Amino acid sequence: MTARRAFLLGLEVLVPIAVVALWAAWSASSTSFYFPPLSKILTTFKDTWLFDRVGSDVVPSLLRLLAGYALATAIAVPVGLALGLSPAARRASAPIVEFLRAIPPPALIPFGIVVMGVGNTMKVFIIVAVCVWPVLLNTVDGVRGVDAQLIETSRAYGIGMRDRLSSVILPAALPQIFAGMRTALSLAVILMVISEMVASTNGIGYFVLESQRTFAIPEMWSGIVLLGLLGYVLNLIFGVVEARVLRWHRGARSAAR
Amino acid sequence: MAAATTAPLMAQRTGRRRLRVPHALQGVLAVLAVLALLELVTAIGFLPQRHFPLVSDDFRALVEQLGDGGFWTQVGQTLEGWAIGFGLASVIGIALGIVIGSSEALHSATRVIVEFLRPIPSVALIPLAVLIYGTGLQSKVFLATFAATWPVLVQAIYGVRDVDPVAMDTARAFGFGRLARMRSVALPSSVPYVVTGLRIASATALILVVTAELVIGAPGLGQAINVARSGGDFELMYALIIATGLLGWGLNTVFVTIERRLLRWHPSQRLAEAGR
Repeated sequence: MTARRAFLLGLEVLVPIAVVALWAAWSASSTSFYFPPLSKILTTFKDTWLFDRVGSDVVPSLLRLLAGYALATAIAVPVGLALGLSPAARRASAPIVEFLRAIPPPALIPFGIVVMGVGNTMKVFIIVAVCVWPVLLNTVDGVRGVDAQLIETSRAYGIGMRDRLSSVILPAALPQIFAGMRTALSLAVILMVISEMVASTNGIGYFVLESQRTFAIPEMWSGIVLLGLLGYVLNLIFGVVEARVLRWHRGARSAAR
Repeated sequence: MAAATTAPLMAQRTGRRRLRVPHALQGVLAVLAVLALLELVTAIGFLPQRHFPLVSDDFRALVEQLGDGGFWTQVGQTLEGWAIGFGLASVIGIALGIVIGSSEALHSATRVIVEFLRPIPSVALIPLAVLIYGTGLQSKVFLATFAATWPVLVQAIYGVRDVDPVAMDTARAFGFGRLARMRSVALPSSVPYVVTGLRIASATALILVVTAELVIGAPGLGQAINVARSGGDFELMYALIIATGLLGWGLNTVFVTIERRLLRWHPSQRLAEAGR
């Protein structure tokens, strides 16, 4: 069995390496304009992103991303708690939420440009307008899913509404809120890129599209690689934070098994 | 005597219930209230009228569009990209997902690659799509397919791997072959996962199609919104945004309905029905 596990682990590590190696080998002699050799992409990556354009493109992008993401969470969690606790509010808001959520986010960009111009406000607004929904809906579901007995018990012990919210309802809903926040994170990256592609003078999305328009193909590829790495690393960081915040949850669950 | 006293009581109770607004109506009332508020706020000039036309004018523009052939062509173009992209993504995602999910070795071999490719924002590939496929339908389909395949693939892998081992062993004990086990045990039990994946994929495909129309100017609703904006026709712009939202909402409703009907036997749906 251990031999099998070692075999599986080997596959898990070696296959991705093999794929990258294959790409390098296949593209090494490539003369195609659109698919430059991997080595060339990597050299361009080093020249472009380490650390030439970090201040001019990467930092503005990340700041917009984080501002929008943080704002969306700050709005969605309290509203979600309120909607989760009040069935009447939930019913009344359901059609509005369903409709707003269904608008494909890029369709909001023209609206953002008209109302807020092409600056940072518009981009942060777009990110907020999209990231709010998964967090909101998951918070509502999380609050609704809180064990009724827990709430009854805390009420019976005379725990006030405020304490009940902060030490019973919120923690119980937290795992699901995190699930929503994970979805929102990848949406935030996507919307950051789109908003920069449509109207911007800096940022990673702007750089990638501009490279393509000026036929700077290795630069374009290096930007795509950077965005891939960014998405991957953000997901990784999120996983670490989630594991730490929800340590009690995972522990309790695995102990119960 | 007893009957005489209960009768007015009953009447009273039903009377009180009649005063209460029915649940379905509450949402409608809330929508109307929001629209009325927006109309009021724009009418008194609290929001600049230049950028916020009267809501009633937006809806008038929308109704006008509904009678316009050009509008339906755009809806058709958007739906065409959505349908092809979503269809390809479903086929690729389900087929690969079942193959990968049913083999431990393949799952290990592909896990890192899937985990690395999945969070890549698909929009990063827009420039590549333009280079290779130009600015037409093909680019839309490429982007939508790339983005929508992941949710289906990941859900299908989870679904196939999450099969109850007891059911699998039972089938094996009864002499079911590999294919028969796949067809009558693994597939049905992975359906709930796959259907959820398909619903997410449908929304993702629509998002990417509209993005492609907006960013690279492929014909469709997204492009029409952008044209309306740059032409300063804000009523039309809002009308088209509302139309796009309704389209997304309609597609989502279709999928939720199918999911509910298809999975009537599944505990998650049964619970949801009971909970309502």
